[in-house]
Amino acid sequence: MLNAEGLTKNFGGVTALDRVDFDLRPGEIHALLGENGAGKSTLINLISGTYPRSAGMLAVDGQAVEHLTPQLARSLGIAAVFQEFSLVPELNVVQNLFLGQELRRGPFLRTGAMRREADALLSRFGFRVRLDAVVADLSRAQRQMVEIAKALRGKSRVVIFDEPTASLTDGEAEKLFAAIAQLKADGVAIIYVSHRMSEIRSISDRVTVLRGGKRIGTVETADVSDAELIEMMVGRPVDELYSALSLSPGDERLSVRGLSTRSGRVRDVSMTSRAGEVVGLAGLVGCGRSELCRAIFGLEEVSQGTIQFKGESLHAPTPHHMLRQGLCYFPADRGAEGLALNRPARENVTMAGLNLPALAAGPVLKVWTERRTIADPLEKLGLRPMAPENNAAAFSGGNQQKLMLARGLLKDFDVYLFDEPTVGIDVNAKRDVYALIKQLAEGGATVILSTSELPELTHLATRIYVMHEGRVMAELGPDEITEKAILSHYFGEVAHA
Amino acid sequence: MPEVDSGLLRRFVQNGGIVITFVILAVVLTAIAEPRFLNQLNLTNVLRNFAFLAIPALAQMMVMTAGGFDLSLGAVVAVSSLITAATMAAAAAAMPGVDVVITLLALAAVLSFGTAVGLVNGGLVAAFGLSPFMVTLAMMSILMGGALYYTQGIPIYGVLDSYISNVGRGRFLTLPVIMWIALGVIVLIVLLQRTTVLGRHIYAVGGDPRSARLSRVKTARVTLTAYVMASCLAGFTGFLMTARIGSGQATIGTTLALETIAAAVIGGTSLRGGVGRAELVALAALFLTVIANAMNLIRIESKYQTLVLGAVLIIALGIERILQRQGTSG
Repeated sequence: MLNAEGLTKNFGGVTALDRVDFDLRPGEIHALLGENGAGKSTLINLISGTYPRSAGMLAVDGQAVEHLTPQLARSLGIAAVFQEFSLVPELNVVQNLFLGQELRRGPFLRTGAMRREADALLSRFGFRVRLDAVVADLSRAQRQMVEIAKALRGKSRVVIFDEPTASLTDGEAEKLFAAIAQLKADGVAIIYVSHRMSEIRSISDRVTVLRGGKRIGTVETADVSDAELIEMMVGRPVDELYSALSLSPGDERLSVRGLSTRSGRVRDVSMTSRAGEVVGLAGLVGCGRSELCRAIFGLEEVSQGTIQFKGESLHAPTPHHMLRQGLCYFPADRGAEGLALNRPARENVTMAGLNLPALAAGPVLKVWTERRTIADPLEKLGLRPMAPENNAAAFSGGNQQKLMLARGLLKDFDVYLFDEPTVGIDVNAKRDVYALIKQLAEGGATVILSTSELPELTHLATRIYVMHEGRVMAELGPDEITEKAILSHYFGEVAHA
Repeated sequence: MPEVDSGLLRRFVQNGGIVITFVILAVVLTAIAEPRFLNQLNLTNVLRNFAFLAIPALAQMMVMTAGGFDLSLGAVVAVSSLITAATMAAAAAAMPGVDVVITLLALAAVLSFGTAVGLVNGGLVAAFGLSPFMVTLAMMSILMGGALYYTQGIPIYGVLDSYISNVGRGRFLTLPVIMWIALGVIVLIVLLQRTTVLGRHIYAVGGDPRSARLSRVKTARVTLTAYVMASCLAGFTGFLMTARIGSGQATIGTTLALETIAAAVIGGTSLRGGVGRAELVALAALFLTVIANAMNLIRIESKYQTLVLGAVLIIALGIERILQRQGTSG
């Protein structure tokens, strides 16, 4: 029903997509697989009309479409669920669901009718979001649900999902898969972009693999193995993602006693961490582990309890103080808290370290050595493209993440706090992140890893705290760490004494 | 630390509790400090001045919620005053006696002028992506220069007596007609913001233009409409002011750019767009009008008044920000 030949997109001098053919059949789930920067986002943006194409042909139902705009795409029945949201933060859920497609009577809004329809729409997918909630106040997962519901409103014949499960919990993802299955049964064609091999395997009919802007091939999912797909994707066989860590934990370094935050998201949490150790924080999205990290770094107001770090007992840590004391925090929400998107990558890397002797002499920045200083960490992380002068916004998600990580490598910190370091990044970038964590911990640093990816916890962590609704439910030692053991505490069952 | 009910504080802040408190405080304190404030003549005066600030402040808010600025509003007011007077003088000479027709003709001329200015401002911003700040600053300069050149600083006479007495000095239910007109405008804009598709789209375009575009909102058209409506409201203000002053003046409205932004921001309008409520901006305009009146009553020289206005703006925004932060930290 949708057919594209030779799709090409140039951004300035860069070819993001190079003569890609793509076709979509009614009622199929067609997965797009590729590393960051492989051209997946560009392809779906061309199909949804967000960018005009530079060359190539696109036909819907055999009818060639010349100038595709988002409006035209929508009237052809092409809907897209973007990874970057198309929600206006200042408006509430109902207002966003109907934005641009308001139910109207003349120039007036039919508020009541929209409310009822919004309610029906959200409950059809089992999404629980308050209709009056302003989007700025929603969690990432809730925004994702609103975004999905928005795209699926009205009649769609092609639906594009760009990593829809990146910020959903397993339960929410299940609901989404059920909704997708429903669409498929109705004959809707689905383009599904994901990094999660297990998802692609379980829901897709065909897979198109992209690499470096070119199409490597399109295969029936049932006919290929994971290893073959990964090989198509990266161009060479991938070793194990994780290599074994050889750690020898030393003295206690950072500990938290009876910590609660003013927001109530963290309640009476106690934990310790030692030198040369990877401590995992497990739990559902929203269980309080992100807030715990933020509280330790001084971004969340502490109402009770203390943080003990380097012999100091802190009630109200500040980011400035913690950084100077040797604690480095990598936030989960890169755009909002981490990066100045309209500044060059180079400045983003050195931003937090401008007081380091390597970068400044007193008030004067050593601009002449700045490039050299960051070259090594960026090399180590494999930034792609290796263009530190490009604005941070120009990099893909995984590579933005690398810019964040590079900050921590300008100086040796004692404690590294990672919050969801691999959300939305591809397999190769993940491997780079895992290698970095291994290197840091083996070098004697303390790594605290908060993640919703169970394999990361089982492979990397030496000890794990499982959280539920702000409290620590269990502490698992090195011999107790299995996915099953972690999951058994996910929903609040208290550890057996 | 004592437990603060942050939900309550938050609702208070969101529903304009701060502005309402400001207004009440300003009225009560002024009344205590200077009993003449409550004098009927003075109150009438305050209500008229309120109208002359509230309408252009709503215009400013409209552009600001759409993610822009309009520094040319004051200049549009001045030129519209000239247009009103000139049109009335010319029309009265051509067809004497039909005052209502002549008045409507002047109104039509003013609104056409407002539309033209809005189309240029909005067009340059929406179609060419120029900075609203620069576009409207240039527009302000052009209009003020043109007005001064045309009049050589001399007022334009010929405003209809019936217009001055019925609108400029007129009263309805003991309150000035001009205030009723301003209330009508406020109600219309509140309805526009809350019940129309256009109002919703203005919020969306100001809040996040990229998301609005992805949602197939015609962002350029919405921006353009916001500027046109703002210029027309400014033109309407000039039309009304002419009834009060009795002649066309090139020098009125020179401080309106600052005052309208002050009223909009104190009324909770975001400088980044997407947030702003007409009723609160109108209250903020009332607040500023009362303060200006209080300063006149206790004979603060006009050169110190701008100083006080600046200080009030900073203090009001400071208080608002502190309360907002406490309201959202819970």
